[in-house]
Amino acid sequence: MVRIGSILLRMGLLGIGLSLLAGCSDNWNNPYPDSEARANVLYSAFSERPKHLDPARSYSSNEAEFTGQIYEPPLQYHFLKRPYTLIPLTAEAVPKPRYVDAAGKPLADDAPSSAIAESVYEIRIRPGIRYQPHPAFARDVAGRYFYHALDAAATAGKTRISDFTQTGTRELVAADYVYEIKRLANPRLSSPIFGLMSEHIVGLKALGDALEKAARTHPDAALNLNDFPLAGAEVVDRYTYRIHIKGKYPQFIYWLAMPFFAPVPWEAEAFYAQPGMADRNLTLDWQPVGTGPYYLAENDPNRRMVLKKNPYFHGETYPVDGDAEDRQAGLLADAGKPLPFVDEAVFSLEKETIPYWSKFLQGYYDSSGISSDSFDQAIQFSAGGAPQLTDSMRGKDIHLITTVAASIWYVGFNMLDPVVGGLGEDRRKLRQAISIAFDYDEFISIFLNGRGIPAQGPIPPGLFGYVDGVAGLNPYVYEARGGKIVRRSIDVAKKLLAEAGYPNGRNAKTGAPLILYFDTMASGPDAKSRLDWMKKQLDKLNIQLVVRGTDYNRFQDKMRKGNAQLFEWGWNADYPDPENFFFLLYGPNKKVASGGENAANYDNPEFNRLFERMKDMDNGPERQHVIDAMLGIVRRDAPWIFAYYPKSFGLTHDWLHNVKPNLMANNTLKYRRIDPDLRAARRAEWNRPVLWPIVLLVGGLVVVIAPAVIAWRRHERKLA
Amino acid sequence: MFAYILRRLLYAIPILIGVNLLTFALFFVVNTPDDMARLQLGAKHVTPDAIERWKVEHGYDKPLLLDSKATGSAQFTDTIFFRHSAAMFAFQFGKGDDGRDIANEIRTRMWPSLAIALPVFVIGLLVNITFALLMVFFRTTYLDLWGVVLCVVLMSVSGLFYIIAGQYFIAKLWDLLPISGYAGGINGFKFVLLPVLVSVAAGLGSGARWYRTIFLEEIGKDYVRTARAKGLGEVRVLFRHVLKNGMIPILTGAVVVLPLLFMGSLITESFFGIPGLGSYTIDAIQAQDFAVVRAMVFLGSFLYIVGLILTDISYSWVDPRVRLQ
Amino acid sequence: MSFMPVVLWTDRLIFALLAAVLELVWFIRRHPHLRAPWAAVARRPMAMGAALVLAVFVVIGLLDSLHYRERLPDSPPGQPQYSVEVLSAFDALVGPLRTRQEKTYSAPLAMQLYAKEFIERDGATVRDYPRLKYGGAHLKRADAREPDIVRRILVGLAQGLAVGLLLFGLLAAWQTRHRHMVFGTWLTAWATGHLGWPGRTIALTVALMLMLGMVTFHLAAGYHVFGTDKVGQDVLYISLKSIRTGLVIGTLTTLVTLPLAIVLGIAAGYFRGWVDDVIQYVYTVLNSIPGVLLIAAAVLIVQVAIEAHPDLFDTAAARADIRLLALCLIMGVTSWTSLARLLRGESLKLRTLDYVEAARAFGVSHARIISRHIFPNVFHLVLIAIVLDFSGLVLAEAVLSYVGVGVDPTMYSWGNMINGARLELAREPVVWWQLGAAFAFMFTLVLAANLFADGVRDAFDPRLEGRR
Repeated sequence: MVRIGSILLRMGLLGIGLSLLAGCSDNWNNPYPDSEARANVLYSAFSERPKHLDPARSYSSNEAEFTGQIYEPPLQYHFLKRPYTLIPLTAEAVPKPRYVDAAGKPLADDAPSSAIAESVYEIRIRPGIRYQPHPAFARDVAGRYFYHALDAAATAGKTRISDFTQTGTRELVAADYVYEIKRLANPRLSSPIFGLMSEHIVGLKALGDALEKAARTHPDAALNLNDFPLAGAEVVDRYTYRIHIKGKYPQFIYWLAMPFFAPVPWEAEAFYAQPGMADRNLTLDWQPVGTGPYYLAENDPNRRMVLKKNPYFHGETYPVDGDAEDRQAGLLADAGKPLPFVDEAVFSLEKETIPYWSKFLQGYYDSSGISSDSFDQAIQFSAGGAPQLTDSMRGKDIHLITTVAASIWYVGFNMLDPVVGGLGEDRRKLRQAISIAFDYDEFISIFLNGRGIPAQGPIPPGLFGYVDGVAGLNPYVYEARGGKIVRRSIDVAKKLLAEAGYPNGRNAKTGAPLILYFDTMASGPDAKSRLDWMKKQLDKLNIQLVVRGTDYNRFQDKMRKGNAQLFEWGWNADYPDPENFFFLLYGPNKKVASGGENAANYDNPEFNRLFERMKDMDNGPERQHVIDAMLGIVRRDAPWIFAYYPKSFGLTHDWLHNVKPNLMANNTLKYRRIDPDLRAARRAEWNRPVLWPIVLLVGGLVVVIAPAVIAWRRHERKLA
Repeated sequence: MFAYILRRLLYAIPILIGVNLLTFALFFVVNTPDDMARLQLGAKHVTPDAIERWKVEHGYDKPLLLDSKATGSAQFTDTIFFRHSAAMFAFQFGKGDDGRDIANEIRTRMWPSLAIALPVFVIGLLVNITFALLMVFFRTTYLDLWGVVLCVVLMSVSGLFYIIAGQYFIAKLWDLLPISGYAGGINGFKFVLLPVLVSVAAGLGSGARWYRTIFLEEIGKDYVRTARAKGLGEVRVLFRHVLKNGMIPILTGAVVVLPLLFMGSLITESFFGIPGLGSYTIDAIQAQDFAVVRAMVFLGSFLYIVGLILTDISYSWVDPRVRLQ
Repeated sequence: MSFMPVVLWTDRLIFALLAAVLELVWFIRRHPHLRAPWAAVARRPMAMGAALVLAVFVVIGLLDSLHYRERLPDSPPGQPQYSVEVLSAFDALVGPLRTRQEKTYSAPLAMQLYAKEFIERDGATVRDYPRLKYGGAHLKRADAREPDIVRRILVGLAQGLAVGLLLFGLLAAWQTRHRHMVFGTWLTAWATGHLGWPGRTIALTVALMLMLGMVTFHLAAGYHVFGTDKVGQDVLYISLKSIRTGLVIGTLTTLVTLPLAIVLGIAAGYFRGWVDDVIQYVYTVLNSIPGVLLIAAAVLIVQVAIEAHPDLFDTAAARADIRLLALCLIMGVTSWTSLARLLRGESLKLRTLDYVEAARAFGVSHARIISRHIFPNVFHLVLIAIVLDFSGLVLAEAVLSYVGVGVDPTMYSWGNMINGARLELAREPVVWWQLGAAFAFMFTLVLAANLFADGVRDAFDPRLEGRR
């Protein structure tokens, strides 16, 4: 008996000991090493592991979070100024295109676009910019590269970049930029913008073909891009290069602010091309080499990515020109100070929202987006309807940052569909009726908690061509009432539906109910309620909606073949120009047949004509006029139900400074500043472990077991 | 013994080929190489040329199973199936469709998986046995009845609830442990604690009940009665005889899962953000990364077969009457 | 006809299964040696209580399997048109529970929405909790809610008790007449548990369920008993609808498993040699592939098939149904191996028994030996496996839906409920009722199934007799 008792006692002690061991610091739940508590380190999370970090391949925004800090294209967006303004990053100045005609003669800036054969962009970069320390640049005294002729034995056991002890650097030259433009055509990289750029950059397509042929004939040999000429990109001198663009393409300047046009040193490619490197994931796609303020010090996409300050960074200062609002928000407090502020940024993988949100509240992430479900906890609306933080958030000194994203969500009608498609008057009315019935104002309040603006057309706010307020409403779905935009009543929709030949949702001729099909790849926790909501909307018109859920591949396949009827889709701006949204509706970009981005397969000749005119125009009243005409056509034809422009709400802790949402720029990490001491104090305060449950559990066990022990003893005694 | 193991390993080859063929068939019934290319290339600006190039680069431009144009053995060897499967038998997994080296990934992800699975296995076994022994020991009191009832109740709760409740109470409400995440080395201890706790609790009901049956069966045997008749105390009988003999079926039953511990747990790992092989498999299924799925299935099958062999060996080891032949 | 019956694939199979079970019951009743173990099950109070609970679930599930499509109200008489929405007899029975949709979340028994909104009140816009459209709509003031709820609960309890007593009285009357007993004697026998069958447990379970049912009925008439979900759907309704999904997965999967497991398991054990080798090969291969992968692939294949034949699956219900069926099929295919292995081992032993060897020596055909001597002797194993697997399968559905390879996302199921509820836990204050409801229903079903399975196993496996 004594033995059992002592075993129980020992087990209890062991449990307490274990829990004490877990809490060697004050905050038992701290996910970071205690040594980092007061370091100048920024903590945030990423939800999806990046696929590509090669600037020629990476295209998604979660990858840009890393590549943006490491690679430096010639231009960048101003951190504070709105509307978005391009300023030089490594370039001396923002280039202005020179226009030449077919004979090579220079043309005036206001020459008609039909006369322009080529636009030439000459970019001059600043001298003295150096790359991050990297073994690819390391040389011995004689100037020979340390690591450019490695054999399998020399690379054995080296699994990380830091395993190569020697590092070096090199000055950035214009040739590096040209090298990267050539890389866009490299068939082995399959750059996502090669197709698009080969239509614009002179000679890129030919280079792609030549490289393809070379890759076919020597499938195992490395392609040395320096051996292949590219007509459209030339090195003028050490710091100057020129890009030749076919015709006029004013939007090209925005591409120059994206990592696709960042410099890549040939040494890096040569280094990674050596045998054994790729087997250890030592490739440019995973281990970037750039000139930016940070370099990738730790690359473990399964757990965390760590960016560290680049010791050779060329230096940049915090912008001094912001408006009064920025000054008030404290965004100019650091004006003129050298960048970057933060020594290190740690990104942890966080796939589930609950841990993400909990850790933010516990102070372990410095900023957070808000998922719809934690919204009530964080935000309330003031009497005027403006979002405010709740008291519990304000009690923690959390700040709210809101902005309307340069993106749109829409429900597309497949214009090739016999029921909803086509430009006939009755179909148009059918689509308008459905547009009214889908009450996206309600959707925004249920599913987004107000984090969105009902869309009035394809162009989101903040872009040229967007008209604010009542003047910019979509007259087919909304009406102005007392200076407010109000959705038209469902009776209007019913009337339109009747005129379209479906009175009360029934085919006027056959009496058959109107059945529509909605294709979606929605899955996940929220999907069911969203789909139920969709059905509810069309119930109002007595239209029956059948939801067809499928996976990504099947959905893409349907879109390509034009088998869908209604579908949900969104678009994120590549650059702040209305062309980037209107081209989604441009006839020749149809998804079916041409494989373009026009998923609705909308093709209105009048709209197409206006689009061709609009895209080459400079911003001004004349362009606005054309855009208004285009909006009029699209709203009437209603190939999309313009759902909403998402608003992003961000929360930041009190110790994080210099946060201003910038939807175009992705290199904003360098502006951030944190106050580690405040953070450490707050964390300690917010994370005091609650111990009574453990005590209760141990006590409960004793209470349950003790009577049994007593009973058993009695039993034993009786036997004895 | 050695010959036996060798024979069993050889016998594994047709099984592995079958597994491979089945995985392959399942995957390509629904997905064409074009689908895979599109999924990997992303949503914006994907041209047919880019898809072709991707297929060539990843070796998906060949016929699936049989090349009717080629002659001789090339009919079979110059196909996607052969080229992607043959190397696997030498444990050359190649690259995932996302360009990362699979063997490398397995090597690094194995440890987090083991860090969860091994403690769950060992602690789970200990806790279950302790619980079962307690019930058997107190089989004359109310504890046994309520213990069994508790086991059935615990069994009837979905595993998801254990995880959700554990995260909600222990991590969120009481701030006792980090809610998710992982770190290598000694720092990993506090991350491992919660998933292990939750997994052990989830397995307690069925485990303890099963072991209790085994012990009771053992107690009913003659030698135990004899021992007791000799005047041995209850505690001694329980530990000397019942536990010792009951451990044989328990351990031999547990051996089969031992190698599979490497593969980690699919659900636990993705809930707690553990970068192990379980979450790797789930991610690969969701991203439809065929190369990774195939490699993981191959590895899983191989380890399963190893587990079967180990079981046979352990049987012959504890029971000399069973001969390996 | 004002409706058009719809028979989904799973409905067909469920009713086929029901017919088979009834047939089996009839068969067993006529054979005393088969009846004996069932009589043993019937003597166990736990098992019988659990069986009653299960029966309630089964009845709801069966009612929910009688599908139809409503005729549209103004369709022309010659050519009737039907709604695309597929309803069931259960929907018709609970009527308003399905249609009373609020805007979004509301707590159990609440009369206001869970989140504040801008509402017009006396001409001014204020931010407050809006009243629900249906929940507590009959109340004028907020403070009338609690007395109303208490009243409804009491009425429900009283009615439940009354009906329970009535039933008990009828039972007693029938029993006393049947057994020629005095009422008082019978009552004593009942109270002391000397009836020969667990009368106390049954009477208590029935009374409890009646009271619970009546309370729910009265509360549901005026409130949302388990609150509403994100789009304002009544959570009680969702939970009840999920019963069918759980039962279908638990039973139809076994239906797929059985023929495979029995035929292959016995064949491997009986014939040995190359048959054994081939079958062992097949199940080792199947066993060594992670189940999740097989299931994911099967679900994808079905999706492709649905896309290829959109005309065959014209309603959302038909699409969801075929996916459910596919899930059952593939789960059956992955789970037959353990039973087959068990049967193989048993058949190996049985074939060496004297009378089997003798039968073979006399040249009795294999088919006859198997059906006469082998199968009847392993049947108890099959039965135990069925009842034991049931609860595991119900639990598996939840996990699979979490991984995203479970039932269709538009289908009512506990897995989908839990999946949706994950995010709700991050809310503050927590939205716990959807998770709570899914937990309560699932737990009840699985617990009942486990207890019943225990009873069956103990009765059929004499080895474990007395050692529950």
